[in-house]
Amino acid sequence: MNWLPLFVVVPLGMAFLTPILSKWLKWFPDAAANLATGSAMALSIVALPFAKATTVYFVGGWMPFNGVPIGIHLVLDGLTVLMLLAVNLVAFACTVYSVSYMKHYTDKAKFVTLFLLMVAGLNGVVVSGDLFNVFVFFEITAIACYALVAFGVEAEELEASFKYQVLGGVASSLILLGIALFYWLTGTLNLADGARVLAQKEGNPAVFFIGGLLFTGFGLKGALMPFHAWLPDAHPSAPAPVSAMLSGVVIKVLGVYAICRVFFNVLGVTPALLSVLLVLGVVSMTVGVLLALAQWDFKRLLAYHSISQMGYIVIGIGLGTPLGILGGLFHLVNHTVFKSLLFLNAGALEYATGTRNLKRLGGLNRKMPVTSGTSMIASFSIAGLPPFNGFWSKLVIVLACVQAGHPIIAGWAVLGSILTLASFLKVQRYAFWGELRETWARVREAPAPMCAAMIALAILCLAMGALLIPSVKAAVLDPAVEVLTGGLSYASKALGG
Amino acid sequence: MILYTLAIVLFLVGLYGVLVKRNIFKIIIGLAVIEYAVNLLFALIGYRYGGAAPIRTQGMPQDTLFVDPIPQALVLTAIVIGLATTALIAAVAVRIYEKYDTYDVRKIRKLRG
Amino acid sequence: MRGMTPIVQCISRLMAPSIFLLGVYVVLHGHLTPGGGFAGGVLIAGAFVLLVLAFGSDEWRSRALNWNATVFESLGLFFFWFLAVMGLIEGVPFFVNVIAKANPGHPYRLFSAGIIPLCNAAIGMEVAAGLFFVFMCLAILKMGEKP
Repeated sequence: MNWLPLFVVVPLGMAFLTPILSKWLKWFPDAAANLATGSAMALSIVALPFAKATTVYFVGGWMPFNGVPIGIHLVLDGLTVLMLLAVNLVAFACTVYSVSYMKHYTDKAKFVTLFLLMVAGLNGVVVSGDLFNVFVFFEITAIACYALVAFGVEAEELEASFKYQVLGGVASSLILLGIALFYWLTGTLNLADGARVLAQKEGNPAVFFIGGLLFTGFGLKGALMPFHAWLPDAHPSAPAPVSAMLSGVVIKVLGVYAICRVFFNVLGVTPALLSVLLVLGVVSMTVGVLLALAQWDFKRLLAYHSISQMGYIVIGIGLGTPLGILGGLFHLVNHTVFKSLLFLNAGALEYATGTRNLKRLGGLNRKMPVTSGTSMIASFSIAGLPPFNGFWSKLVIVLACVQAGHPIIAGWAVLGSILTLASFLKVQRYAFWGELRETWARVREAPAPMCAAMIALAILCLAMGALLIPSVKAAVLDPAVEVLTGGLSYASKALGG
Repeated sequence: MILYTLAIVLFLVGLYGVLVKRNIFKIIIGLAVIEYAVNLLFALIGYRYGGAAPIRTQGMPQDTLFVDPIPQALVLTAIVIGLATTALIAAVAVRIYEKYDTYDVRKIRKLRG
Repeated sequence: MRGMTPIVQCISRLMAPSIFLLGVYVVLHGHLTPGGGFAGGVLIAGAFVLLVLAFGSDEWRSRALNWNATVFESLGLFFFWFLAVMGLIEGVPFFVNVIAKANPGHPYRLFSAGIIPLCNAAIGMEVAAGLFFVFMCLAILKMGEKP
C-alpha cells in the first residue's frame, strides 16, 4: 500500500517541473501532462481490487498513539476507488485532447502546470482521511480552477472567473468555519476519529450548525440549486478540456463526494438532511433543464444540463436506500463520462468553426463525422435512451424512487429526461443535421489527438451499461455503496487499519 | 465568550461588504475580511487559560501548560491560502478594469441568460 | 512607476540587506522560534519590494527578473517535493523525517530536527519568489502591457 500518496505526488512533481524545463525543452509540457495523468489512471485501475477493504496509510510514519490518530491519514475504500477512477480517466482524456486544442491559446506550460495542480488537488480530496487535509486540497483545486477559467484573457472569461472566485471564496470561508467548530466540538481533525467522538455526543445542537455550514459550503462549490449562480458563466468561458474537467469531475468531487463523505460517514445522516437533499435535487433537475431549453450557446446549454443532472445524482443519494445510492453513484460516473465527451465535442466544434452559437452552425455531420457521431452517442446517453449508460442509471434512480415511496419524484425524473431529450435533439438538428452553410464549406475534422480522446470516451459511454452485470457491479459499484450505507461504521474500519 | 462574538461580528461585516458594495475592490476587501475573521476565530478556539506559547525553549519545566498548537498550524496554512486567493482575485480585478473601463459591478454584466 | 527621492533611495539601499538578513534568520530558525518558511519568505520578498518601490519599476524592467522569479519559485517547490518524496524512495512512508531518523541531533541547536530546516528553506525561497513576482505583475502592468 505504499503507492497511495503517488496519486498526489506524481501530478504535483510534474506540475513543479514544468515551468523550469519547458523553457529549454519544447515538448516537455505535453509529455509531462500525459505521463502524469496516464500513470494516475493506471494506478487507479490497479487500485480496483483494494476496493472491498479499507486501507489506511500514515503520512510521515506517525502511527496512532493509544488508538488516537496523531498524524494525517490517507484512506482508500470503495467510494475512493470509484472517484479515483472517474477523475483520472477524464483527466487522461483531457490531457490527450489538449495536446492539439491548446494551440489556440498562448502559454502551454502554464496551462499544464495549472491542470496538473487541479488533478493533484482532486486526487488529494478523494484520498485523504483528515478533514483539514481535505480543505487544503479543496483550495488547491479551487485556485487552479479560478486561474484556468480565466485562461484566455477575454472580457467575458474574466467576468466569469471573478464571479466564480467571489462565490468560491465565501464557500471556502464557510467550510473553514465549519471545520473550526468541528475541531472545537470533537478535539480532532481525523474523519474516523471525529465520527467516533461525535457518536458519543448524540444530539448536540452544535452538530446541526456545523452540518449547515458545511452543507452550504459544499453546495456552493458543487453548484446545487440555489447556489448555482457561478456555473453557467464559468463553464462556457473555460477552454474545452478545462470545461470537461470542471463539469465532469470538479463539481462532483468538491460537491457530491464531500457531502457524502462528511455527512454519511462522520456527522450522521438524519431524515431532515435526506429530505433537504431530495428537495434540492428535484429543484435542480427541473429548473436546470427548463433554463437549458432556452439557450443558444452550446456550452452554456451544457452547463445548465450539468446542473440538471447533478439534481439526478442528489435525488439518488438523497433517497438513502441502497438502491437509490447505487443509482446516484452510477449516474455520477456516467455523467462524468458523457458530459466530458459533450464538452470535448463543443471544443472540437469551436476549434474547427470558431463559434459556439447554435444558430450559426449547421450541417456539419458531413464535414466532421467523428465529432458528430460521438456527440450523437453522448446526447442519447444524457437523454437516457437504451442501450447507452445514461438509460441504466436513470432507470435505477426511477426504480429506487418508486421503491422508497416517492412516485411523484419518479414521474418528475422521467419528465426531466424527456425535456433533456428535446433539448439535445435541438442541439443535434442545429449543429449537425440540416444544410451546410457556405461559411463552413472548408471546415475540416478535428486533429487526431482530439478525435482519439472523443472516441475513447464514446466507447466508454456504450460499454458502461455493463457495470450493472452482477460480477462487475460487485467489484466496482457495490463497495462504494457499502461505504455510504454503512455510514458510521467507516470509523471503526478506518481506525482499526 | 465576547471574543468569539466579536469574531463572528467581523465575519458579518465582511459578508456585508461582499453582498452590498458595488466597487469590485470593496468586494475583494470584504472577502479578505471574511477570511481574517475565520482565521481569528480558529486561533481563538485553541486558547487554554494560563497557557504559554507552544514553543519549547531551553530550561522550561517538563509539565508546562501550552495552548493548543494545532489551530495555530492550521491558521498558518489558511492565511497562506487566503493570500493566494486574494492575489489571484486582485489580478483578475485589475484586468477586468482594463477590459470594461468601470469599477461598478452592476455594469460588468456581459454574460446573461 | 517612478522612483522616490534620493533620500529614500539611500536609506532603502541601506535597509534592504538588513531586512533580507532578518528574513533569512527567521526562515533558518523556524524550528526553534516562531516564524518559519512563510513568515520569513514574506520578509525576504519585502526587502525586494522595498527596493522596487524606492527605485521605480523602470530600472527593474530591464533585468530578466520575471523569469528568475519563476525559476526560483519552481525550484523551491520542487526541492520541497523532493524532500517529501525522499522517504518514498527509501521505502518508508511519505514525508518521514529521514534525516532525523538517521542521525539525530541535539535539541535547541540550529543543526537538528532533520528535514524541517530544509523544508523551511525551500518554502522560504518559494514564498519570496512567488510574492515578489505577484507584486511585479500587479505593479508594473499598465494598460494593455505584458510583463
